[in-house]
Amino acid sequence: MNWIFENNINTDLITPGRFNITTDANELAKIAFIEHLPEFAKKVQKGDFIVAGNNFGCGSSRETAVTALRACGIKAIVAKSFARIFYRNCINQGLLAIIADTENIKSNDKLKIDIKKQLVINISKKKEIKAVIPPLMIKLYETGGIILFLKKNRLGSLKKLFEI
Amino acid sequence: MGQTIAEKIFSQHVGKKASAGDFIIAKLDLVMAHDTTCAWAIDPFYEIAKKVWDKKKIFIPFDHAFPAPNVQIAKLQAKIRKFANEQGIPITTDGVCHQIMSERFINPGNLILGADSHSPTGGGLGALTIGVGSTDAAIAMATGTCWFRVPQTIRINVEGKLKKGVFSKDVILMIAKEFGPEGGNYKILEYGGETIRDFNVPARLTITNMSAEMGAKAAIIEPDEKTSLYLKDNQRSYKFDKKSLWSDRDAVYEKVMNFDVSDLTPQIAEPPDIDRVKAVQEVEKKKIKVDQVFIGSCTNCRIEDLDVVYAMWQKHNLNPQIRTIITPASKLVYLQALAKGYIEFFTKKNAIILNPGCGPCLGRHGGVLYDYEVCVSTSNRNFTGRMGSPKALIYLTSPATAAASAITGYITDPRKYL
Repeated sequence: MNWIFENNINTDLITPGRFNITTDANELAKIAFIEHLPEFAKKVQKGDFIVAGNNFGCGSSRETAVTALRACGIKAIVAKSFARIFYRNCINQGLLAIIADTENIKSNDKLKIDIKKQLVINISKKKEIKAVIPPLMIKLYETGGIILFLKKNRLGSLKKLFEI
Repeated sequence: MGQTIAEKIFSQHVGKKASAGDFIIAKLDLVMAHDTTCAWAIDPFYEIAKKVWDKKKIFIPFDHAFPAPNVQIAKLQAKIRKFANEQGIPITTDGVCHQIMSERFINPGNLILGADSHSPTGGGLGALTIGVGSTDAAIAMATGTCWFRVPQTIRINVEGKLKKGVFSKDVILMIAKEFGPEGGNYKILEYGGETIRDFNVPARLTITNMSAEMGAKAAIIEPDEKTSLYLKDNQRSYKFDKKSLWSDRDAVYEKVMNFDVSDLTPQIAEPPDIDRVKAVQEVEKKKIKVDQVFIGSCTNCRIEDLDVVYAMWQKHNLNPQIRTIITPASKLVYLQALAKGYIEFFTKKNAIILNPGCGPCLGRHGGVLYDYEVCVSTSNRNFTGRMGSPKALIYLTSPATAAASAITGYITDPRKYL
């Protein structure tokens, strides 16, 4: 299913500071949206999407916000726009943060992502929505994140990130 | 084609001309990760490296919740302490990371990474100081480098002489109202104009600090004689060349915005967003009862801020219904306040002085709020749940407005107490 959120969802709502005190990703999954939307952590399933408005992930730099959503099994976050640190953290972790017009996506719509064609496909509504998924994000999504990328290549291989 | 100061600094750290839109790998002058973000940088660090690239260029402050308020946080701090010991990096517990970095490390022209969203603060010294997450911090600690997409710059000119009772916090709240929480997303915000030039570095740090709330990647103020003076005051004699650290006249900006602050009055951001900004004199009419006043954080608890509070409280007692909490931004500020007699004065006024650090700003310790409680805070973030209960209400103001509200017990325009 798609979890629908409004504009300016900040990282204090995703992983609130008072609960954000662990380095265990599975523990973090349990506190995702713990106060903003308590049912989220209980009902979220592997393969679910987050669908949001503008500026998703604003506020603190805490990467736990990304880690928690990834640990919940979120397949991709589709939003009209993302706050920059959150977006960077998604790129680095290999989590798809897709910029697209989310206006008409409903929670029950079945979504599919076509990375190559840069599309979010709303199967239920038979609609294709133009999406922005930059090459660096695709590369690290396919590698499983920047740490695995550096392990696979070597520490001095950061420049290779930009080779397409 | 000319360059902005940000493009110049990126170019100097990549060894070739870097322009907005370029993807680059740049060398860093310093990497900071604190008691929250460093904990998550350790495992990825050891995945890719054994030793840090340069232990003298890594700064680990414990400021977000120090001393540890509970067992889980003590566990995180123990993990970081072990890492720091293994790597030979001293841990600093002298105050808020951005303040310590400004006092001790940040020089004009530096490129610095901080695993904290308020990293743009250091731009008040004419450096590029950029906030990232823990993975970037881990890679930076291992390699001394980071990948960047060079962002576009928005130039913000602020003109006009501020009236009495109006401070740099009021200026930046007014600008935040215009920008909203996304208006500066991915951008460098470059501040200039007569008003900014008139501010000393501590006041400038408030401007750059709050730029994070507009989404900025960094905020920057071209360095000048006031920057030199600040460095000198902090026992540093860094020489910088104006030509290499001022934007060229023909630099390309995404846009240029102009603000006139001659008639600005004290401003306040109502919960839970940074752009719900109103004039304090309007909000005062609502007689909003306050439960806690917090004078602290990386935004506003330098000695210049405490000078204002001290002066305002000379002839007034604080409302006994209110918890007034003061956290000096650093050990240096604490010692300055001690030498000026402020600590004794504030204590006798029944204010609570906490150790230098983030204090209650992020709701982990030192003044957590309960349901429906109202806090007037000099910090930078009024999000739902930020300082405790998601039902609590956080209003952001200058130290003067916070000090006035501590006297009356409701949100109060400070001008009648100045």
